[in-house]
Amino acid sequence: MILDQPTTPPPPPRRRGFDWRTALVPGLIGAGSIALVFGTLGWLVLSNENWPRIQRQFFSLEHMSAALPRVAWGFLTNMQVWLIAMASIGVWALALAVVRSLRGAWFAPFRLMVMIYIDVFRGLPALLLVILFGFGIPALRIPGLPNSGLFWGGVAMVLCYSAYVCEIYRSGIDSVHEGQRAAARALGLSEWQIMVYAILPQALRNVLPSLMNIIVALQKDVALLSVIGVRDAVREAQIYTAGTFNYSSLVVAAGLFLLATVPMARLADWVTHRDRVRRLQMAG
Amino acid sequence: MTPPMIEIEGLTKYFGTHLVLDRVNLSVAAHEVVCLIGASGSGKSTLLRCINRLIEPDHGLVRLNGVPVTDPSFGKTGLQRRVGIVFQSYNLFPHLSVMDNITLAPRKAQGLARAQAEERGREVLALLGMERFARAYPEQLSGGQQQRVALARALAGQPDVLLLDEVTAALDPELVGEVMAAIRALKERGMTMVIVTHEMGFARGLADRVCFLDGGRIIEEAPPEVLFRAPEHARTQAFLHRLIEGGRL
Repeated sequence: MILDQPTTPPPPPRRRGFDWRTALVPGLIGAGSIALVFGTLGWLVLSNENWPRIQRQFFSLEHMSAALPRVAWGFLTNMQVWLIAMASIGVWALALAVVRSLRGAWFAPFRLMVMIYIDVFRGLPALLLVILFGFGIPALRIPGLPNSGLFWGGVAMVLCYSAYVCEIYRSGIDSVHEGQRAAARALGLSEWQIMVYAILPQALRNVLPSLMNIIVALQKDVALLSVIGVRDAVREAQIYTAGTFNYSSLVVAAGLFLLATVPMARLADWVTHRDRVRRLQMAG
Repeated sequence: MTPPMIEIEGLTKYFGTHLVLDRVNLSVAAHEVVCLIGASGSGKSTLLRCINRLIEPDHGLVRLNGVPVTDPSFGKTGLQRRVGIVFQSYNLFPHLSVMDNITLAPRKAQGLARAQAEERGREVLALLGMERFARAYPEQLSGGQQQRVALARALAGQPDVLLLDEVTAALDPELVGEVMAAIRALKERGMTMVIVTHEMGFARGLADRVCFLDGGRIIEEAPPEVLFRAPEHARTQAFLHRLIEGGRL
């Protein structure tokens, strides 16, 4: 039998307040063990007989501050190339991916072209392409073509990275459920409209985390252009090293790259996390 | 005499070598509601999708208002604008709001201005009791609400015919009623509908005529009160008997 319900339900359980003892002990143990391990490592390094030489060679404050302005100036070039390349790759790879996804027999030659493109540019080292384009094309001296190594090196980066990004886009397009296509077609939208209004917005949202990782990778790989004489952060640091035989300038360049890539990596993690939460909600 | 809204003659469809539809004939008058019932694999969904050529039939003819629409020269997108379809799994666009889901096709495929399309969108939403949710996104809605938005989206193109493909099959039982009520409201407004369903209450309450499919053929068709009470064909009897045993009728 069902018992008579009291008029009000019993109160919710009392929320336990913040308990210093349970919070403090693991915190202290954690902090203690971190201090112990890192302290020991630090002591091992600093007490090494070679440490003063290492410090002079790589971490000399004097050389660092002397090299900083020119390396930072070079780093601006890196970031400019990064931004422009990122935008170009985003557009060019999308065009490739859309062509690759077109269904219709007339598009066969274009699909084949994209397939060959991807095989070639994904199969070649980026360094080789940068040297080939950056030195090779300006050496042709064709009138009307820009002959700066920076431009052609950048083009090589865009062509190479687009092959990867195209495949990412395509996996995103394939991941959109077939029912979405059927629904859009049943509404009387053309193939092109289906792609633009129904498929691509969902595809792009699905691949955003993967794209963010590519963006972080590109951010540091633009330093490849230094091998063809572009005066970026790495090149400027090398020039400084050539005159002083001190490598602190390269450490400065490394620091600048980390300053840029670490926040981007955190942002990528955050985007990935948000995407995961969204998918879990949709699945629930 | 005006021609029937839909006229299907000798419609045949193979999937590979498997015969899914075998010379189906069916005629649907304007304002009529026809339910297709039958076991899984009897061809009822395929028949439905052949009407708006989401699936291309191999042989046979479909006429819409007397115009043969299975003719390859007949523009497929034009046909699909005149025949709305709603699926079991809603298939709303998750990145668009309810209003944008509804106005996408009128704006892009029919070239309506946004204001006009939204006016039409508000009308169909009001008809289905969903006007409060115009700015919501599909994931914020219950299954029944999503299905009503899918109905609104199909209606926004002002189709002559509405095809419903097991629209309540994915819904929790307590949500089936609201979708059925919405469809009943459409029937009262005179919408011509062809409905594939496993929900016999649906067929009973809404249909002017019920067609029983088996092995790719319509083997019996009758008004629901006749077909459910006194089925003639042995296979229809067996099918309905299984439903009664399963507690579905």
